[in-house]
Amino acid sequence: MKRKIIELILIFVCFILQCTFFKAIALGGIVPNLLVIITASFGLMHGQKEGMYVGFISGLLTDIMFGNGIIGLYALIYVFVGYFNGLLSRIFYPEDIKLPLFLITISDFLYCFICYILTFLLRSRLDLGYYLIHIIFPEMIFTVLITLVVYKGILNLETWIEETEDEEN
Amino acid sequence: MAKLHLKRKRFVIPDRYVLLIVTAVCIILMFLTYFTDAVSTPLSYVAAYTIVPFEKGLNTVGRRIEDKLEQLKDINDVMEKNEALQAEVDRLTIENNQLSEDRYELSELRSLYQLDDKFSAYDKVGARVIGKDTGNWFSTFTIDKGKNDGIEVNMNVISGSGLVGIVTEVGPNWASVRSCIDDSSNISGMVLSTSDTLMVSGDLKLMENGDIRFSQLTDDGDKVGVGDEIVTSNVSNKFLPGITIGYISSIETDANNLTKSGSLTPTVDFRHINTVLVIKELKQSKKSE
Repeated sequence: MKRKIIELILIFVCFILQCTFFKAIALGGIVPNLLVIITASFGLMHGQKEGMYVGFISGLLTDIMFGNGIIGLYALIYVFVGYFNGLLSRIFYPEDIKLPLFLITISDFLYCFICYILTFLLRSRLDLGYYLIHIIFPEMIFTVLITLVVYKGILNLETWIEETEDEEN
Repeated sequence: MAKLHLKRKRFVIPDRYVLLIVTAVCIILMFLTYFTDAVSTPLSYVAAYTIVPFEKGLNTVGRRIEDKLEQLKDINDVMEKNEALQAEVDRLTIENNQLSEDRYELSELRSLYQLDDKFSAYDKVGARVIGKDTGNWFSTFTIDKGKNDGIEVNMNVISGSGLVGIVTEVGPNWASVRSCIDDSSNISGMVLSTSDTLMVSGDLKLMENGDIRFSQLTDDGDKVGVGDEIVTSNVSNKFLPGITIGYISSIETDANNLTKSGSLTPTVDFRHINTVLVIKELKQSKKSE
């Protein structure tokens, strides 16, 4: 329960930062995707259920505020991001930053790509090359840079939650 | 011999079933919200009491920091500009006399065209931009006024002189606005000078330069050119007529030789948008009066 509440607070903090602070310092109009970072990290560190939970809440928030009247689309995408990262939690080692970095990059790419297909390609915006270069790749690079900065923090938070959970049991 | 499990294991739903259930929930939610408001209204209250207060707070802090930085920058600027300005004051005094004459003429012409005080007749409410879309694909933002202040879906949002966008979602104390440079925005507009109608649609590709695309302009006499003003048309079903969208920055004939398309520069600076005005009048309700 405690874990869920802490994660919930973290999601809210990330969401609020993303639509205020990061939008204000956006380089070239591109913002990193904090929500993918936390969804992928928690999936990776604590399994599918955690990933889906974090993903669902993140997506739901995005849907409510910026979903253009349809709720559930982003929630669905984030849930899948959380689930597939959770599948790889078996080969996760806390000391190794390469795997999470790699997975977050892939997750962000897939997230962007699915967004492109569902919200742009279906409206016959066909110029994939342009969107790859101007939106998807910058966002990926920016997200990776932010991951390098915040990953240690998320890892410490996760270790702390696990320790307190062990004490309670 | 198989071992008997006397102690019952705690029942846990396997992860893939959870995934299936959540997927189903999401898809049902999508359908529900697409056809009704039954789900999105209570959810908009969740956002109103969790996210919006923080956004407002952070925004105030951000604005203060911005103000302080601006001040520091301003002092230097002011010193430099002061000299240049002094010289300009003289020049402007002369120009001012001429302009006040022009203004007199303009107000006369406007009343002739019955365009006079077009917007001051509408009931407007000012609002602050408190958050922007989290992704990079669309250009929507949240404002700090909502249902409690009389804002409804489809109300027009302007800033200064130009059109900003349209309200797409409303919560008790917040509302989402889709700006007219957003990729999914389509507005029926017209050229002010010739009254030719055209479609103004946002395009992510042009968003970087801050431009909007327009298309389907029929201009047989080749009268429309770069620099012409484009306003919302009177045949639009959501936008009030005569709100300035922008000025044509490029124009070319389509391959079909019948219509023209190109790009226009909006009058509003969408990158640095902080406060907006929401016109509290809907096109539909105006019609029924």
